[in-house]
Amino acid sequence: MTALLAVEGLTKSFGGVRALDECSFEIAEGSVGALIGPNGSGKTTAFNVITGYQAADAGGLTFRGRAVRRPDPCRLQRLGLARTFQQPRVFPGLSALENVVLGRNQPWHALLRDRVPGPDRRRAEELLDEFGLAAHAHMPAGRLSYGQRKLLEFAGVLMAEPVLVLLDEPTAGVNPIMVKTMEDHIRRRHAQGVTFLIVAHEMQFVMSLCDPVIVLDHGRRIACGAPGEVQKDPRVLDAYLGD
Amino acid sequence: MTRPGPHSRIRPAGTIQAVAFVAVVAVLPLITGQHWLVSLLVFTVMYAGLASAWNLLGGYAGYPALGHGAFFGVGAYAMAIGTSHLGVGGGYRPFVLIVPIAVGTALVVLPIARLLLRTRAAAFAVLSITLMFMVQTLAYNIRSLTGGSSGLIVPLAPFPAAIFERPFYYAMAALLALTLAVCWVVRTSKLGLALNAVRDDEDRARGLGVQTELVKLVAFAVSAGLTAAFGAVWAYYITFLYPGFAIDPLLALGAILMAFLGGRRTLWGPVVGAALIGPAQQYFAYRFGASQLYLVAYAALFLLVIYLLPEGIVPSLARRLRRLRRASPAAATHDQVATDSIFSAGDLG
Amino acid sequence: MHLFVQATIVGILFGGVYALIASGQAIIFGVTRTVNFAQAIFTILCAYLSYTLFTDFGIDPFLSILVLVPAMFAFGIGIYVLLLRRLSRSGAELGLLVLYGLGIGIQGVLDFVYKTNNRVITPGYANNSWTVAGYQIPEVRFFAFLLAVAVLGTLQLIRQRTKLGRALRATTQNPVASRLLGVDVERISAIGMGLGVAAAGAAGGVFGMILPFNGNTQYDLLSKLLSIAVLGGLLSMPGTIVAAVILGVVESVVAATISPDWSAFSFLVVLFAVLIIRPQGLFGRRLRGAL
Repeated sequence: MTALLAVEGLTKSFGGVRALDECSFEIAEGSVGALIGPNGSGKTTAFNVITGYQAADAGGLTFRGRAVRRPDPCRLQRLGLARTFQQPRVFPGLSALENVVLGRNQPWHALLRDRVPGPDRRRAEELLDEFGLAAHAHMPAGRLSYGQRKLLEFAGVLMAEPVLVLLDEPTAGVNPIMVKTMEDHIRRRHAQGVTFLIVAHEMQFVMSLCDPVIVLDHGRRIACGAPGEVQKDPRVLDAYLGD
Repeated sequence: MTRPGPHSRIRPAGTIQAVAFVAVVAVLPLITGQHWLVSLLVFTVMYAGLASAWNLLGGYAGYPALGHGAFFGVGAYAMAIGTSHLGVGGGYRPFVLIVPIAVGTALVVLPIARLLLRTRAAAFAVLSITLMFMVQTLAYNIRSLTGGSSGLIVPLAPFPAAIFERPFYYAMAALLALTLAVCWVVRTSKLGLALNAVRDDEDRARGLGVQTELVKLVAFAVSAGLTAAFGAVWAYYITFLYPGFAIDPLLALGAILMAFLGGRRTLWGPVVGAALIGPAQQYFAYRFGASQLYLVAYAALFLLVIYLLPEGIVPSLARRLRRLRRASPAAATHDQVATDSIFSAGDLG
Repeated sequence: MHLFVQATIVGILFGGVYALIASGQAIIFGVTRTVNFAQAIFTILCAYLSYTLFTDFGIDPFLSILVLVPAMFAFGIGIYVLLLRRLSRSGAELGLLVLYGLGIGIQGVLDFVYKTNNRVITPGYANNSWTVAGYQIPEVRFFAFLLAVAVLGTLQLIRQRTKLGRALRATTQNPVASRLLGVDVERISAIGMGLGVAAAGAAGGVFGMILPFNGNTQYDLLSKLLSIAVLGGLLSMPGTIVAAVILGVVESVVAATISPDWSAFSFLVVLFAVLIIRPQGLFGRRLRGAL
């Protein structure tokens, strides 16, 4: 297996606080990685820096064997790297269907074509159906529930058929049934060859689904390995239980 | 979902609306020979166009632009300088200048737009109006070209006195039709979807691979170019340019007020808003002079619209209509289509 | 060189007045996230009120501040309660438009009451100046500067040393967290708005003594205030003050050495140049995401 995404010495400071401190890890193609750590350990910052929403102070990343010098969300997405956000972000004024259709990449010269062309509509309807949102296809996304918005965001990300999906807390704030639903969706997509990197807090979810598990603390990678190994690692226990 | 109708870009209802609109606009100035009434129509049609052009950037993309007076003024001065300095001739010839003026403004504005669009929301509003003040200062100061504060005279058009306003009216009406056509194309295309996404959550849109920079630039440039075209016709009609009137901070505010009143997320909203406010505005200016009470009435109306009709008339009416239809079960299938048209590409909403 | 130094002195002195007005705007932006597009007309309003108090009642503009500041404080609270509070959820752009519209309405009233000819407040000392080491120091501008320093100092003391000030700063930084910590955000925002408008009240009189004004002057002042706000980074008090003084100096120096016609324009050029390099302004954190 080759590394699909390699992060090398990523560093990012806010004021005097180091949110990421020479953080390095790799995600192999076809894996479901987890990024865990106590609150404030830099997980979301790692996502933001990798996807280009924030500029790193130092370090670099390689995606699909190519060095990405100045990450930019739009360009990376077009290379096959997609992400979701901790608080589900949808376009509240657009219908659920349009929310999903937006995920489809468009070349610039197609901008004047139909807003929702037939093939995109059908593909989006399939996705909405798969995520149990078909009944709400024409409802403005702003009126969906929290859990539904999380699913809609996920569905939109999949529209472009990404190679790697970064999920930021897909299970936070949703009920146990929804956690299971999320897990099923991730498993199904994984079986189809999509690689995942997931920030999560529910240990059961992480341990049953993810390998490798990468543990961050104070912006540093303190452990990385199979869930069983990581669980036994004394540094991980220290990080979670305090020193 | 089996019917192809609602998914196609061109819909019977929309076509009927467009034909009816063109017919009404074409006939209006023929009804009356009163100069002040036709003049009022000229300004109303102009404002309908300006509000629609503003809406491309301010409504669809949600960028609160306050400086469209700058582009209007650039168009007006370009027309004045073109006719008086370059000698393109009189009669209908100056109307030909509209095309290079609109295209030129759209192109010249690109680098500035790139700079302004690095900011958002309040900062963007501030910078856009600051740009307008800059252009106004230039108009005051480059006296060799603009005549500065003593103004610039455009040669009077040699049209027969009885129907003097008509060529200007039809020029404005043609530009309005063009603007609405552009708006319609944008709304029913991927460009419109991308702009709406920018309005709702620009950062997430970037993460979904939407070319936010590109679509914002296009919206800005097209909006500015169309605004300049209206300024060009206005200059030929009004025949006298003064920096304070040609580059007016109230112009953008008027366009915004009309777009808000009619419904800034809709195609027809700005037109409806202009049809209601435009004549009142002209009447007020005609009766009370262009300041004082006129400004107070304007401000009061502005606040009323924002607080009482935040979404505008067209969406509110559309919602009423939907509720009425929902009451009759036979029309239930139409309901979904109506929802679609408000929140997506429809030309009803 | 003499001309340059002279212009710089005059510019710094008047920059203090800009700083006073613009700081009010920064406080308002801090608590409401709304750019106060009416701050300029508030200043002009107070200039007119000072004018009336001076010409009809013989009250010195520096004394009329004692009336105008509390009155404008109450006015600011009123605007917050009646207009802005309801908008807090529907976005900052709407608030900006509301204040812009309000400003235009106030201008209409002023144009109606005072007509549109230029006014200037001229107490007996209006044209006096001292000569220090060969440089002219106009008395009015000097006292205006002192006033600005005194008011800004008081504001700073309130912000740094009092419970109210802490609540103000907390609300500015993070309204949600402040609410969780038990800060009555609405009350604090109303007070912040009052303080911001009161700053315009303090500046109105001196503004009217230094520059001739009418209702339309609001656009001239507004463009300067907005430039200062963006250059200073909208939220930052030190940023605002520095930007205001830079504006005063650039304006005065260009007016003296090139032409008064280009003084305002030159600052706008500085502003755009800065934005190309630093979109967040000189002192701003990030304009993009934060807004």
